[in-house]
Amino acid sequence: MTYTSERPPLPETSEQLRARIPGWGADLDPKDRPSVPKLQWQEDRTGAHWEFPERQPEKWPRERSIEHEFLTPVFGTSCPPAGFSGMLRKLSYRKYSEGRAAHWLLLLAADRVDAWESHIRSLLTLRPDNPITQTGVLSEFSRHGVSSRFGKKRADVKHQMLDPVIVTGPWVLVGGLVFAAIRRMLRRGGR
Amino acid sequence: MVYRGPYKVRVEEKDVPAIEHPNDAVVRVTRAAICGSDLHLYHGMMPDTRVGMTFGHEFVGVVEEVGSSVRNLARGDRVMVPFNIFCGTCWYCARGLYSNCHNVNPNATAVGGIYGYSHTCGGYDGGQAEYVRVPFADVGPAVIPGWMDDEDAVLLTDALATGYFGAQLGDIVEGDVVVVFGAGPVGLYAAKSAWLMGAGRVIVIDHLEYRLAKARTFAHAETYNFCEYDDIVMHLKKITGYLGADVAIDAAGAEADGNFVQHVTSAKLKLQGGSPVALNWAIDSVRKGGTISVMGAYGPMFSAVKFGDALNKGLTLRMNQCPVKRQWPRLFEHIRNGYLKPSDIVTHRIPLEHIAEGYHMFSAKLDGCIKPLIVAGS
Ligand SMILES: [Zn+2]
Ligand SMILES: [Zn+2]
Repeated sequence: MTYTSERPPLPETSEQLRARIPGWGADLDPKDRPSVPKLQWQEDRTGAHWEFPERQPEKWPRERSIEHEFLTPVFGTSCPPAGFSGMLRKLSYRKYSEGRAAHWLLLLAADRVDAWESHIRSLLTLRPDNPITQTGVLSEFSRHGVSSRFGKKRADVKHQMLDPVIVTGPWVLVGGLVFAAIRRMLRRGGR
Repeated sequence: MVYRGPYKVRVEEKDVPAIEHPNDAVVRVTRAAICGSDLHLYHGMMPDTRVGMTFGHEFVGVVEEVGSSVRNLARGDRVMVPFNIFCGTCWYCARGLYSNCHNVNPNATAVGGIYGYSHTCGGYDGGQAEYVRVPFADVGPAVIPGWMDDEDAVLLTDALATGYFGAQLGDIVEGDVVVVFGAGPVGLYAAKSAWLMGAGRVIVIDHLEYRLAKARTFAHAETYNFCEYDDIVMHLKKITGYLGADVAIDAAGAEADGNFVQHVTSAKLKLQGGSPVALNWAIDSVRKGGTISVMGAYGPMFSAVKFGDALNKGLTLRMNQCPVKRQWPRLFEHIRNGYLKPSDIVTHRIPLEHIAEGYHMFSAKLDGCIKPLIVAGS
C-alpha cells in the first residue's frame, strides 16, 4: 500500500472502536486538549498573588548554575555540599555552564565520591551501611525472585549473569593496579 | 527514606521539614508512589544525587502547617501535589509551562524543580517520607475532590497526567496508528489516552509479559513482546503495511533495557546518560513525517540518539516534563465519566519501613510489579 496514495486499512472502524472502548474519541478535537496550544496565557496564574515571589533566605552559600543571573527565589535545602564531594560539586557549579560536559561529569564523579565518603563515614557511626537491608535483596526471596525472571522471555535475563562481573570488575582492576604500583614502589625503595 | 548511594536506600529519622518561605506548606504524606524515573536516581545515573536525600515526587497527604502568605490552603486539607514545583508567575508559568518554571531551581536552567529528584532538579526532599515541604502551596497543590480516593489522586500527580500528556504531544488525529514503547504506568496510561483522542489502532511493545497482559486488558491495546522478534522495528513495519506508525510514544526512557552493549555503556559504566534504545526504536518505526512523543525520563548527559534518521524522515519530535496541573480538570472529568480508573494498575502497597525491598522489587521487576504505592505513617 505504501507505494500508492491510500493508507493501509485499519482493523476496526471508528464506530466499532467507539462501541468497544469506553470514552473512545472523547478528546477527538486536537484543539480541545488541555496543553494545546502550548503557550497559552494563563489568566488565573493558578492562585499566585505575586509578580515576583518573595525570596527564601539563603542560610549557606547555595550553589547555583552560572546560567542563572541570581539565586532563584525558592530552592531546595536537602544535603548542602560537604567533604571532598562537596568541593567537586562547588567547583562544577562555579566553573562550568550546563552546556559543558565537564559540568555533568564532575557532578557524576562527585556522586560516586559522595557514596564512598558516606559509606566510610557510616562505619564510624552506630548505624553502618548494611548491604543486605539497604539493597533490598531480601525481596528476591519474598517476592518470587526466581520465578519472576525465568521462563518469562525477559530481555534483561540474558545479561544478568554478567552483571556481577561488570560491577565488581572495575574494583578488581583498580585493586590490581594499586597492588602493582605499591609493589613497584617497594622494590624501588629496596634498591 | 534516604538515599545511601547507587542501589542503596534506608529508612532514617530526619527532622520534620520546616516552613522556609512564607508560601510553603508542610504536608503529612498518606500515599506516595515509586516511579520508573526514580530508578534513574536509584541507579546513580542522575547527576548530583546526594547521599542523604529523600526521593519521591508522587504523593498526596494532609496539610499540617502553612506559611504566613498561604491563602488557598488550610491545615487539615486533603491535597494532591503535582510533581512539578512552580511559581505561577515567571515567563514560563505565565504561558502554562509549569514544568519549566524558572524560579524554583537554582541548580539548573534546563530543567525545573521536582520533589525528591536530585539537586539537578533543585535539591528538594521528596514525599517517600512522613512529611514533606511543599513550596508555593498556593500554586501547586489542589484539594482532592470528595469523591476521589487517595490512590487515584496519587496517580494523577505524575503517571496518569504524564501518560495523557504523551498521547497529547503525539498530535493524534482520528484513525492514527499509535505505537507505545514501554508498558509501565506511563505507557499504559498513554495507550489508554490515545483511544480518547481517537486513535485507530494502539500497539504496545515491552518485554515483560505481565505488563503486556495489563496493556491488553487495561488499555485495550494490541501487544508484542520484543524478545520474540529478532527485529521489532521490522515487525512493526510489516504489521502497518510497511508504512510505519503515525505516532510513536517513548514511555520507557533511559532505563530501557537494550542490547548488551547499551546495557554496559549506560546502565553499568554510565558512559551515556542512559540507554536511548526505546527512542531509537521509535525513530525507526514511525512513518516518514510522523510524530514522536518522548515521555521517558532522560538525564542531562548525552545519549546516542539516531538524529540523522529523524532528520531524513522529516519527523516531529515533541517532549517535555508534563505540566501536571493543566491536565487535572480534564482528567477529573474522564475519571468521573468512568473512562479512566487510575488505581487499576496498582500492584503493590508497601509500608514506608520496607521501602528498600520495594525499590529492589520494582527495579528488578519482581512479583509482577507494575506500580508500587508507599503507605506512610502505618
Ligand atoms: Zn514519576
Ligand atoms: Zn514559574
